Amino acid sequence: MTDQTNPSVTTATPTARPRAASGGMLGLTKKDSTLMLIVFALVMLAPFILNPFPEGSAMAQFNAGYPDLMQRFVIFGIFAIGFNILFGLTGYLSFGHAAFLGVGSYAAIWSMKLVTLNVIPGIVMAIVIAGAFTLVVGFISLRRSGIYFSILTLAFAQMSYALAYSVLTPITGGETGLQIKNTDSPLFGGPTDGSIGRANLFGAEMGNSYELAVGSWLFTFNLGYYIAGVALLVAFYLSIRIFRSPFGIMLRAVKSNQQRMNYTGLTPKRYTLSAFVISGMYAGLAGGLMVAMDTQVGPERMFWTASGEVVIMTILGGAGTLMGPILGAGFIKYMENIVSKINKDILHEWFAFLPDGAEDVMVSIVYPFIGKGWHLTLGILFMLVVIFLPGGLVEGGQRIANKFRRNKTDG
Amino acid sequence: MSKSNFTRRGVIKTGAVGGAALALPQYLRADGHAGFTNAPGDSEVVLGFNVPQTGPYADEGADELRAYELAVEHLNGGGDGGMLNTFSSKVLDGTGILGREVKYVTGDTQTKSDAARASARSMIEKDGAIMITGGSSSGVAVAVQALCQEAGVIFMAGLTHSNDTTGKDRKANGFRHFFNSYMTGAALAPVLAAQYGTDRKAYHLTADYNWGYTTEEAIVSSTEAMGWETVNTVKTPLTQTDFSSYIAPVLNSGADVLVLNHYGGNMVNSLTNAVQFGLREAQANGKNFEIVVPLYSRLMARGAGENVKGIFGSTNWHWSLQDEGSQAFVRSFGTKYGFPPSQAAHTTYVQTLLYADAVTRAGSFAPCAVAEALEGYEFDGLGNGKTLYRADDHQCFKDVLVVKGKENPTSEFDLLEIVEVTPVDQVMYAPDHPQMGGADASLGECNNGA
Repeated sequence: MTDQTNPSVTTATPTARPRAASGGMLGLTKKDSTLMLIVFALVMLAPFILNPFPEGSAMAQFNAGYPDLMQRFVIFGIFAIGFNILFGLTGYLSFGHAAFLGVGSYAAIWSMKLVTLNVIPGIVMAIVIAGAFTLVVGFISLRRSGIYFSILTLAFAQMSYALAYSVLTPITGGETGLQIKNTDSPLFGGPTDGSIGRANLFGAEMGNSYELAVGSWLFTFNLGYYIAGVALLVAFYLSIRIFRSPFGIMLRAVKSNQQRMNYTGLTPKRYTLSAFVISGMYAGLAGGLMVAMDTQVGPERMFWTASGEVVIMTILGGAGTLMGPILGAGFIKYMENIVSKINKDILHEWFAFLPDGAEDVMVSIVYPFIGKGWHLTLGILFMLVVIFLPGGLVEGGQRIANKFRRNKTDG
Repeated sequence: MSKSNFTRRGVIKTGAVGGAALALPQYLRADGHAGFTNAPGDSEVVLGFNVPQTGPYADEGADELRAYELAVEHLNGGGDGGMLNTFSSKVLDGTGILGREVKYVTGDTQTKSDAARASARSMIEKDGAIMITGGSSSGVAVAVQALCQEAGVIFMAGLTHSNDTTGKDRKANGFRHFFNSYMTGAALAPVLAAQYGTDRKAYHLTADYNWGYTTEEAIVSSTEAMGWETVNTVKTPLTQTDFSSYIAPVLNSGADVLVLNHYGGNMVNSLTNAVQFGLREAQANGKNFEIVVPLYSRLMARGAGENVKGIFGSTNWHWSLQDEGSQAFVRSFGTKYGFPPSQAAHTTYVQTLLYADAVTRAGSFAPCAVAEALEGYEFDGLGNGKTLYRADDHQCFKDVLVVKGKENPTSEFDLLEIVEVTPVDQVMYAPDHPQMGGADASLGECNNGA
């Protein structure tokens, strides 16, 4: 930040580049392997990391290690990683990504209703159908760039939403959405006793959990979460490979100067369309996983605010970085699910140690920012990040890391 | 850069800590053995109140939450006891539920099924909620009801008026106290026929989503049974705020009644537009032009202001009812919050009490036992007169209120007056009624969960 430059960061990329050619673990550089290992550890140990507070303690409110939220973390992580491949690399800001997620979800639930309750075909269908839909939307929208592209994608997304909400009610179930019913009879392996089928992986249900109690801590290991977690690892690995590939460099070239690219005889649209479809398939994967974890689809999933959310996730975490989107997704889902659930009673418990008058004052100061005010808190944090950490949470992490490194050399 | 941080000392340390953690006695939670999801401990029981705190129905959600807090207070023996004193069942004695203190957690549905399910799942998975209740949209109610069925907890629906909740999407673990589109049609049609005659021509504007469809269907079929004719039905987008283009063709369509199958902000806007177009002073087919709003709420009436005067609709409950139960509820709600409760507050309060009562009568929190206690249960003293929780579809059957906008309101809460209390027999239907999903609709098996 001052005149003192940081050699370790500036030299990292140039030294890493030649090693990529020689090929490290899984074709990753040393640095990327470390990143991959960190993500692997985070995903595998999430039930421990997210449940740091003992059950029944006042802080247990902040525990996030329950299956639903852990699944959401990784699913929206995948969604944001995919979005970042488009936005972070090419700079094309799509405002309609939620539509691809929604299309993937509808494909997956129909696969479960009609073909099998096994999640694998559902997820594959989600990726394929979302990819095909993205191809159509991308083919049309990518005729324009900049704000016009954003508006086109937004228009497509809102059209899809409106179709799903009312016009296509026979296919999408309209406002009430689609669920698996006891009247559904999939071709392979539906329940025969008239009960409602559940999503499974070769018979193991997504909802299966193993609970480990250590002292007063309780950790939940959920099958569905780990399946989604593996999907995230694959998605993350592919994203690293895309970032480091010649294709990734082409995408960056689109972002930095499309005209120059044209003059060199390259067709940018081919690359942008590929990136668009890849990120649409990521969205489809996320949509399919959402259905696998929770067998229900509603059209709100495709609403433009949902598209806006993934933009915010990516920017908050750090657009164009590998880890950023995952962090951003986790951050927003944490706010949405944890902060929104703090109510006035809980606040009164927290501030109970204060004298009566002061307690009420504290509660009335904090109250607008929690519970239904979680949007307000999120907005403020988003502003702070954009103003002070333009590179997102990742930049924040780097700055902290640099501080420590510098202190080490100083001391 | 390439220096590894794995030192011998570090590895041994980590190994020791990890080993110690694994060696600690492992046990599953006590509820793992009780045979149903989230069995409560001996001292307290957690209920999940899942209401819209943001979005278009935030006002209703806020009122629902107030009612839930009041219900918990009364169940735990606080306040004046409210409707516990007038309830026909006397097993609730203000000591919580089965001797356990009632605690609650709240969540924000945002009136989106995804958010509502996320919030409900966190209540079940994280907070150990034994029952989920709330919601103020049918889409959300249907989605959360299906979730509760899957997870094995009871769902007590809040404000949801679409037929589907207890019609084609009914579930064994879900219960609805609120009335539905069919009942609105059946109650409203005779009153309309008596007021406006039997040779009317109706024009429908319908919100383009599930609730709009079932309401339109119900009103069309019950008014046609009275001899009315339906000239046209037009779907309007839910996000529409200016209805002028939809109202303009109405006058030339040959219709003499406009039915607005709209709710919330939609209804406020469409009614205001209709009045601005002078429909209320207009003449058609030699009769006065009339407007009908099937589902009324106080919050909507307040939004539409002057325009609701004299317009007919139906409602589940109104605070001006004079029976003992309603009065007790209005009194304790008013004492606590300073204004009378809405119908959303009433239905959620009643649902909480009914759940607590069913658990107490069953002597168990197990969802299937509770469901059995609620099925076919007849009760009184909760503001709607004699009420039956029908076993076939888990729908409450009770008298329906036909109301109209008051000509001379005395306060901002005194906007509706009750025209007629339609007796329950008149709004009864067969469980396999075609509007309710026909013969295919079934509750399925009740689910106790883990």
